[in-house]
Amino acid sequence: MPDAPGERVISVLDLAALDPAALAPLVVHAEPWINFDVGLLVDRFWANTINGLAYGSVYALIALGYTLVYGVLQLINFAHSEIFVIGVFGVYLTFVALGFEPGAIPNLPLAAIILDLVLAGLVAMAVAGLAAIGLERVAYRPLRRRNAPRLAFLITAIGASFVIQQVIRIWRGSNPEGTIRLLPPSPVFSIFGAPVTNLQIVIILASIAMFVVTDRFVNGSRLGRGIRAVAQDPATATLMGVNRERVITITFLVGGVLAGVAALFYLMTIPQGAVYNGGFLLGIKAFTAAVLGGIGNLRGALLGGLILGVAENYGQSLFGGDWRDVVAFVLLVLVLMFRPTGILGESLARSRA
Amino acid sequence: MRQRMADLSTFWNARSRPQQWVMLIPVVAFLFALPVLNPPIITTEPATDFPIALFSAAVLALIAIGLNVVIGQAGLLDLGYVGFFAIGAYSAALLSSPDSVLGIRLSWIAIVPIAMVATMISGVILGTPTLRLRGDYLAIVTLGFGEIVRLLADNVEPLRGNRGFQDIARPGGTYPDGSPIFAQTDALGFYWLAVTIIIIVLMFMGNLERSRVGRAWIAVREDEDAAELTGVPTYKFKIWAFAIGAAVGGLSGTLFAAQVGYVNNQRFDVTTSILYLAAVVLGGSGNKVGVIVGAFLVSYIPDRFQFEPQYRFLVFGLALIILMAFRPQGLLGMRQHLLTYGRQAYARLFGAGTAVAPSGMTPSTRPAGDMPEVTPDDHAGTSPRGGGE
Repeated sequence: MPDAPGERVISVLDLAALDPAALAPLVVHAEPWINFDVGLLVDRFWANTINGLAYGSVYALIALGYTLVYGVLQLINFAHSEIFVIGVFGVYLTFVALGFEPGAIPNLPLAAIILDLVLAGLVAMAVAGLAAIGLERVAYRPLRRRNAPRLAFLITAIGASFVIQQVIRIWRGSNPEGTIRLLPPSPVFSIFGAPVTNLQIVIILASIAMFVVTDRFVNGSRLGRGIRAVAQDPATATLMGVNRERVITITFLVGGVLAGVAALFYLMTIPQGAVYNGGFLLGIKAFTAAVLGGIGNLRGALLGGLILGVAENYGQSLFGGDWRDVVAFVLLVLVLMFRPTGILGESLARSRA
Repeated sequence: MRQRMADLSTFWNARSRPQQWVMLIPVVAFLFALPVLNPPIITTEPATDFPIALFSAAVLALIAIGLNVVIGQAGLLDLGYVGFFAIGAYSAALLSSPDSVLGIRLSWIAIVPIAMVATMISGVILGTPTLRLRGDYLAIVTLGFGEIVRLLADNVEPLRGNRGFQDIARPGGTYPDGSPIFAQTDALGFYWLAVTIIIIVLMFMGNLERSRVGRAWIAVREDEDAAELTGVPTYKFKIWAFAIGAAVGGLSGTLFAAQVGYVNNQRFDVTTSILYLAAVVLGGSGNKVGVIVGAFLVSYIPDRFQFEPQYRFLVFGLALIILMAFRPQGLLGMRQHLLTYGRQAYARLFGAGTAVAPSGMTPSTRPAGDMPEVTPDDHAGTSPRGGGE
């Protein structure tokens, strides 16, 4: 661009004589801090959609944990994002224990890789599930015994989230762990010119499978009926012989296990993501997803997660990469303004037996 | 200990306002003299300059007083309060730094009202859509708001992200020997300024608490539905709480920016918000003196005992959990202004002939026999519901 008039002005001036502050606006114009690039949005529409669905599946799995606990206890479990981080470290440390080194791409037969991934996923599910139960026992149960006000629960949840985060930070340091990528993404087929990778297929399908299992568990099984009963009316459910404490424990366990699955998929997509505060953004986005779909509603969590994942990608194309997170937060505020009960409404209690 | 506190509280509430003022003079004088006295055991030196440590404690105290309006008085959990602090600091930067795109340099004293109005407006903008929501949604939306403010500081070019703003205006004034009172290296003047501002804000807040607004806040905090049914325009008063809390946050932001003289995007993350929350909850939300004590502890203990910054957050996170489990009302419980006032009115109506008897916090301190059968709710200060609401 030597013909641009602005450039020519600069070239005849002695650059060293210019005050850097005077130059700053010229530098700024070279790279706008916000775009409105509709062309890019259209170009990347399908790629964004597919990628967003894969991201959104991870949000949805975490959102299920928020929704279940909210349905039963009417509590925003702020520490759920840290349960997820515990799961992420469970996956990572399993990889390390299996002998994978950060950085190297392993040259193993596919069956062995799948076996390792499944093993890591199981470890993450176990660790995160147990951590969720432990959190409930240590932090929330004492408050329930004392019939504490809701604000006390919320502050405890924040405190617990903080403590888990800081313990991980002191244990593992504040830098992200090295990158271990077991399954490098490779395109399998394409939709409207947008490649679909093996990772995305696995994540979307497995998440939907997990969702169906959870949905059947809550809506079809005997324990699930207990969960719905407590969500609807804890006092009456207790009188009818439902063990409320056990239901609460199971709810936290299910939420933790799902967070463990999400942790595996997250680390498969973003291998450099094992860091102590990695849960914060994901947690708040998953909560947004839960509210978007209707908190307390399992199907809402899935729908909300997928919508959020896709919307975020569109926003990123439209406004530029730095604005991705802002899109999610603005979406949260907008949803709460115009439809605080979410798209499908709040209905863990009201779904039919 | 608790009994002694209760006695002290009884004694204090029984004094008339001028008597209280006179008794406060030596306390205030001591606070002003503290950095000059630099007492051996209390001081944070040599690790941290004592006036600077006291100044940061005072700024945190001012923040806690503002946040206390939102959390303690109106019972709204605001997790994005650092956003208001940031808006105050950035207002100061934009209006006075040579790096600012506005290209103006206002004096600090002119910046303060502008920054307070700016934060107040942002508080209303945030509050208008969100204060219709249930309390726990509010918590997460304010958390999102705090993040949005930080992300804007990161991304919006005129806010200069990590590079920040240099040379923000300080208040003027020099000592008799010609050295400036307000300087980055010498926080003494700033500490005095902060304490003065705190006293003014406390007087303002005290009057507000005793007014219709304060009573409405307490009503909203205790039971929003009941308040609405008895004719309190709860939504309006919640927005007032948000706006006033925000303005105090903005004020503390300008104070901070003036002392440091430099603002960039590094200080406004959510963990800082949680630290503010810890200060309020630790001291006792709803109690102005309590939150000042809480803020002082949160700021002073790490400076004094030099523990690693990484343990600081861990310790205060644990403190939140333990407090909620064992002492939800905080170190100093909520002062039941309204209940004290109501009790005095009650005693005036039904009291057995004696002049308005100061009524204690516990039944044991009250003279036996001169109370009717129906006793007012006396446990409010000590019940498990006390401070958390």
